[in-house]
Amino acid sequence: MARDMNWWDLTGNTMRVGLFVPCYIDAFFPRVGIATLELLERFDLDVDYPFDQTCCGQPMANSGCQAEAAATERLFVANFRDYDYVVCPSGSCVHHVRSKFDAIEQTPDVTAVRSKTFELVEFLHDILKVEAFPWASFPHKVGLHNGCGSLRGLHHARPSELNEPFFSKPLDLLQKVDGIEFVTPTRPDECCGFGGTFSVFEEAVSVKMGQDKVADHTKAGADYIVSADTSCLMHQQGCAERDGSKMKFIHIAEVLNGARQ
Amino acid sequence: MSSRDTILNAVRANRPAPVDLPDVPLFGEGRDDDLLGRFFTAFKLMGGTVLELGDGDPVAPLRARLGSAGVVVSRVPEIAGTRDLDLTLPPSSLADVDIAIVRAAFGVAETGSIALSERELGVNTLAYLAQHLIVLLDPADIVINLHHAYRRPEFARSRYLVFHTGPSATADIEGVLIHGAQGVRSLSILPLPRE
Amino acid sequence: MNETPHSPGEARPRAAREAQPKGAADPGKGRVDHAEAAKRFIAAPEHLKFHDERLWDIRMKRDRQMHAIPEWEELRRLASAIKDHTLSHLDTYLEQFEAAAKANGVHVHWAKDGAEHNAIVLGLLRDHGAKTLIKSKSMLTEECGMRQALVEAGIEITETDLGERIQQLDAEAPSHIVMPAVHKLRRDVSDVFARTLGTEQGNDDIHYLAESQRMTTRPLILEADAGMTGGNFIIAETGAVVVCTNEGNADLSANTPKLHIVSVGIEKLLPRTSDLGVFIRLLSRSALGSPITQYTSHFRSPRAGAEMHIVLVDNGRSTRLGMPEFWTSLKCIRCGACMNTCPVYRRSGGLSYGFTYAGPIGLVIDPTFDKHKFSSLPFASTLNGSCTNVCPVKINLHEQIYAWRAVMAENHELPFAKKTAMAAAGALLASPRLFRAAIATADQALLSLPRFAQYNALNAWGKGRENPRGAGQTFHAWWAKNRAGKAKAAAPGKQPS
Repeated sequence: MARDMNWWDLTGNTMRVGLFVPCYIDAFFPRVGIATLELLERFDLDVDYPFDQTCCGQPMANSGCQAEAAATERLFVANFRDYDYVVCPSGSCVHHVRSKFDAIEQTPDVTAVRSKTFELVEFLHDILKVEAFPWASFPHKVGLHNGCGSLRGLHHARPSELNEPFFSKPLDLLQKVDGIEFVTPTRPDECCGFGGTFSVFEEAVSVKMGQDKVADHTKAGADYIVSADTSCLMHQQGCAERDGSKMKFIHIAEVLNGARQ
Repeated sequence: MSSRDTILNAVRANRPAPVDLPDVPLFGEGRDDDLLGRFFTAFKLMGGTVLELGDGDPVAPLRARLGSAGVVVSRVPEIAGTRDLDLTLPPSSLADVDIAIVRAAFGVAETGSIALSERELGVNTLAYLAQHLIVLLDPADIVINLHHAYRRPEFARSRYLVFHTGPSATADIEGVLIHGAQGVRSLSILPLPRE
Repeated sequence: MNETPHSPGEARPRAAREAQPKGAADPGKGRVDHAEAAKRFIAAPEHLKFHDERLWDIRMKRDRQMHAIPEWEELRRLASAIKDHTLSHLDTYLEQFEAAAKANGVHVHWAKDGAEHNAIVLGLLRDHGAKTLIKSKSMLTEECGMRQALVEAGIEITETDLGERIQQLDAEAPSHIVMPAVHKLRRDVSDVFARTLGTEQGNDDIHYLAESQRMTTRPLILEADAGMTGGNFIIAETGAVVVCTNEGNADLSANTPKLHIVSVGIEKLLPRTSDLGVFIRLLSRSALGSPITQYTSHFRSPRAGAEMHIVLVDNGRSTRLGMPEFWTSLKCIRCGACMNTCPVYRRSGGLSYGFTYAGPIGLVIDPTFDKHKFSSLPFASTLNGSCTNVCPVKINLHEQIYAWRAVMAENHELPFAKKTAMAAAGALLASPRLFRAAIATADQALLSLPRFAQYNALNAWGKGRENPRGAGQTFHAWWAKNRAGKAKAAAPGKQPS
């Protein structure tokens, strides 16, 4: 998995990072991609964006359509095999690549790409081991939303169901941001109901879950919901706007990159 | 082929690769102090009532409690009932019992449970058809937790053995706790050593 | 007390009241439509709110119990390993159990399927001249459709668990494996009891309702010809059957009549009495957030003058044992923790799943009973994984739900529109050129990106949510303009060294 910190320094080479900007972010939330890129560039990394990227294959695979996911997965590997790390500001996509990316033959290229693909928070926390974000200040009340793929798939934090010592990588990072204030909803780990295709196949339940999630954060006093998962934010924002809620939504990359809002 | 053989053959054909059986630790270290206190705490949480021993005559408060009761069946020598338990009558004949008094085989501190078998009950329905159940428990008979409990010899020799942890309870309507759903309405414990 | 009972279709005195949502429609030869039933459950906000909050409260109680046990995760590992071991040696443990039970004077029967199980039970009742049967709650007898089969054969059955009794009197299936009537409000119960037990119309005092049930059930218990229980665990070493209840109703059912019949699935085996320490510690803490059920009963041998019969039921279990991705679902101890924590279950109600087993465990095992009928159930999940984490025997529930989706696709069980949409999405996302053309503008992206949404003419995304707004340009276009071809972009600020 992760190599020792700063191994690239010893060789004099700069770490080559391939930026994976998933389809939703590309089309609807380019600012999340830009914030991720700018944030990574602050750490002297050689960040590149392979131009032919599209998707990780998750929408098809999550619907059971493995055969239909295969070509997209193959394209992903072709795009990212030449980097030291692949970094992506979306937990569920990384969870797909790392844990479920098996519509294609597991060649050495495939397994290598799978093991070097990181979600942004874990890349900052575990690989770069970032100590400070001196440019960042976010003097707002925020509720943290851990997407389920990040929380239980990538182990961003200790989920509330387990009797294990508490830890939270996104909280560790956000706590280094000046002026930020956290509020805690009553059900911090409850899924917000996006669930990929679930959001349309089970539209009624999905929307109800999204409404409940936003209401829980509102009741806790949050001005912003912050998350490492753009798809969760897109869904929650869609629910909030329909309900006339004043809740604001921001990706953790934007906060860590110094967004003031 | 009999259904028995059909099932066993299918199981044999389909069983997964063998997995070892782990040893189960007793998890009792550091938890063997104040077993009676631990027992009572857990027992009360489950809706049980603790009876106080009287000064001088330890069962005096219990006797006073029985004063106004109707049919009392006692299975313990320490206190008399109003009716002897006739082991030849059908189990349903105990439907009019108000209070039953028995002694627990042992207790479990972790959960506040007491163990009863046919040896203590005489007729098993006594512990369910009575309106109220009073149990004498020797504090020396309390084990640390369920792991210790399941090492007790009673499991191999009893036809019927039951843990009672508080009275009959239900929360099947809107989560509201009701005691006396089908069985006893109350379960009380008197911590009286065996004679 | 009771004047004219109301038939279900009749207008009720308080007309504006929210009716209890009914479950999934019988699909005949089609698929159970969970989404449709869930939508109706959500349209009943009082029922929905109570259901969600009640089950979440139990999840919180479960968490508190968990935190009071330092060795909790170790217990889960042990429980999982003991079950793995037992299932991988199930044939020998079944034989050991049968021998031990017979040595205890217990009669052992084997049933390949539900029909054979029901026939064995009916045969036993007829042999003993039994016309009335009292029983404790058993999901296995629900799975086998036993009640209906026996009633048709002239047997009078009384469920003695309060929740299960409510459901029996309302002619409705249990909606939760531990709390069968958890989807009902007190006034729903009041209506059912007024109609069937003759309680006071409109009196929905819970103590009154529970007491009425006790008083009306007890005479049936005292006079029953036979009693029946399920089994939470059966022990190979001793031949014992272990039953956990809070009401003591299994003890009444087993100990009052002269005949005690146990129905139990072959997967409920444990090797040793000492294994129970692990499972009893986990069961009620996981199920209800209480340290133990009020009654944990061990039936090893019939009491003097009585008979005890055990029916070991397969009904698809031996087949499931041979399914590499799904056999560990046989480890399930039916605690219901996965249902309580499931955000979809809490908002859709157990009846929306259309079978005895609802929630995450239902999504995993229901398709083993009928792949086509339950083919849409694995999609009634966000794959959030909370179920897996609360499972006391560590069944990887959300991974099995995911695996079922692929099985359904391979078996051509996806609706045509979904399959077509996925093929189109797969083709689009595999081609950078087509993909770029499709999302060149945000408006275009909305039409093509959530491709899966487009097969649905009703615009399922936009019904309850706003669409994401267009962003002017895609990240791809931004990169082309700001970064591509440039040496190294000037970074906005550097990490302090």
